[in-house]
Amino acid sequence: MQAQLPALQVVLPLIGAVLAALVRRSGPAYVITLVVSLLLPVMSWLLLGQVLNEGPISYVFGDWSRELGIEYRIDAVNALLLVLVSTIGAVIAPFAHRSVAAEIEEGRVAWFYAAYLLCVAGLLGIAITGDAFNAFVFLEVSSLATYILIALGRDRRALLASYQYLIMGTIGATFYVIGVGLLYVMTGTLNLVLIAERIVDVEATRPVLAALAFIVVGISLKLALFPLHVWLPNAYAYAPSFATVFLAATATKVAIYLFVRYLFSIFGVGFVFADLPVGPVLIVLSVAAMFGAATVAVFQSDLKRMLAYSSVGQVGYITLGIALANLNGLTGGLVHLLNHALIKGTLFMSAGAMVFRGGSCAIDDLAGVGRRMPLTMSAFVVAGLGLIGVPGTAGFVSKWYLIVASLELGLWWLAFLIVASSLISLVYVGRVIETAWFREPGKALAEAREAPLEMLAPIWILAFASVYFGIDTDLTAGLAAKAAATLLAGLQ
Amino acid sequence: MTAANEILAHYNQWITIFLMVAGLYIVIARGNMIKKLVGLSLFQTSVYLLYLSAGKILEGTPPIVAPAYAVYTHPLPHVLILTAIVVGVGTLALGLALVVRINEAYGTIEEDEIFARDDKA
Repeated sequence: MQAQLPALQVVLPLIGAVLAALVRRSGPAYVITLVVSLLLPVMSWLLLGQVLNEGPISYVFGDWSRELGIEYRIDAVNALLLVLVSTIGAVIAPFAHRSVAAEIEEGRVAWFYAAYLLCVAGLLGIAITGDAFNAFVFLEVSSLATYILIALGRDRRALLASYQYLIMGTIGATFYVIGVGLLYVMTGTLNLVLIAERIVDVEATRPVLAALAFIVVGISLKLALFPLHVWLPNAYAYAPSFATVFLAATATKVAIYLFVRYLFSIFGVGFVFADLPVGPVLIVLSVAAMFGAATVAVFQSDLKRMLAYSSVGQVGYITLGIALANLNGLTGGLVHLLNHALIKGTLFMSAGAMVFRGGSCAIDDLAGVGRRMPLTMSAFVVAGLGLIGVPGTAGFVSKWYLIVASLELGLWWLAFLIVASSLISLVYVGRVIETAWFREPGKALAEAREAPLEMLAPIWILAFASVYFGIDTDLTAGLAAKAAATLLAGLQ
Repeated sequence: MTAANEILAHYNQWITIFLMVAGLYIVIARGNMIKKLVGLSLFQTSVYLLYLSAGKILEGTPPIVAPAYAVYTHPLPHVLILTAIVVGVGTLALGLALVVRINEAYGTIEEDEIFARDDKA
């Protein structure tokens, strides 16, 4: 059983998706989703334990050699991603039931869960596979499922957001597959480990440079690197609340994993960061995201849209850590990947709970919501403090690593910019807090009560985690440091 | 003449590049949502050619192992592209389905008209 875990990790949600589509009724479809969501983290934690004790796991399908067949390969980096995606999925699963029932027509609920499980399978697949083309297929599985999830939003603009994401997402995925094709031509293999071995001999050739460019731009579209983020705000704002929670916490993170995997494990630190100016370009774009997207967030009138722009800004911190390309920078980037997933998960779930009770997430309609839904709103405040990076919260830990890494490289101005950009998040989080706690409840919230327990519990578990990992950093920062060390050492 | 020969010798690559750029241009330049999807399909199709060209060997037979033939085309790119075609069909189908729904919701599939209608609402 243990030996088959890598395959089961992906196959289980795939089977779940088919079952959910077959039962067609909302109740059983939800039960299937819940059971699958709760089983997945069991597997991923077992895999992580195995990787930490025994080193990387290799799983070849059908006993084909890795040159011909598909290999799943799990090391300290992607084990972390598997744990993140599956654990978030399990924690937020109870939230789904009432939120989805309230926002989606009864007849479509089972389809929603089927698409959701397909999306989970795709994301886990990207994280677990050791085959470049297989990663493309999973990228498209998760993307197509995501387009469906977004299109199921209540507003007609959800359809438009989904269409625009489909266009940009497909361009991104096609760029990625062009890059993979060029790598395949030059190395004769699709296995990531073998590409990494063979690329050394052909590194300075034009097809490899073109491959790097295509792959970097393609994945950057998927991870919403500024200025390729334009699909994200509308997609997050108009998707059903539960879909937004899941996508914001996991989808961009998995794309970031793929990005890191290519830059560090395949092309190599020396080639990408020493021979080519990828680092400075990434730093400029990251800082632009930290300031630009965050500033746009300040002026949004819709809570979900504001949080979406904030996500673009927060991705900037993660790519900044990647761009610094030293141990502390990469650790900071990866730990922020985890921390941001917890924080944004909490914030979007709180927003979802407010939509569930109040029917709206326009910030003006949320006046006084703190008095009607104190527990939901308190969790929002806790996670909001984490977003700003107040000491004692998870966000502080990631920023600390980033600042240390910048100072190590002598980039004191960058350290200053990291702190300065946090002030912008103070403005937009502060604005919501002011509206929610210090104004009289308006008509929109006359009937609103505290969110039900099955929503509050996931919100508070993630909110608590975002504080806990700000104080006890052994687990998150420890694992991230291990993953960063693995990345810098290259694939073996 | 040598330059012309050089170009002719790689004519498959030039077709690939032309389809790629033409497809991408249509996606960016057209406001009609169906035309955008046509461009997107063209763009994806160019990648099929990129992979298949790489697997083809001149004088090679189809990849069937038989004693009479020694040189045959690499089968792996074909398999990969078969998968990519399925992905492309799936994307196109979903895209068209979305356009149908957008047409039902807005009464148009021109992007600028849709934006204008949303701004009014």
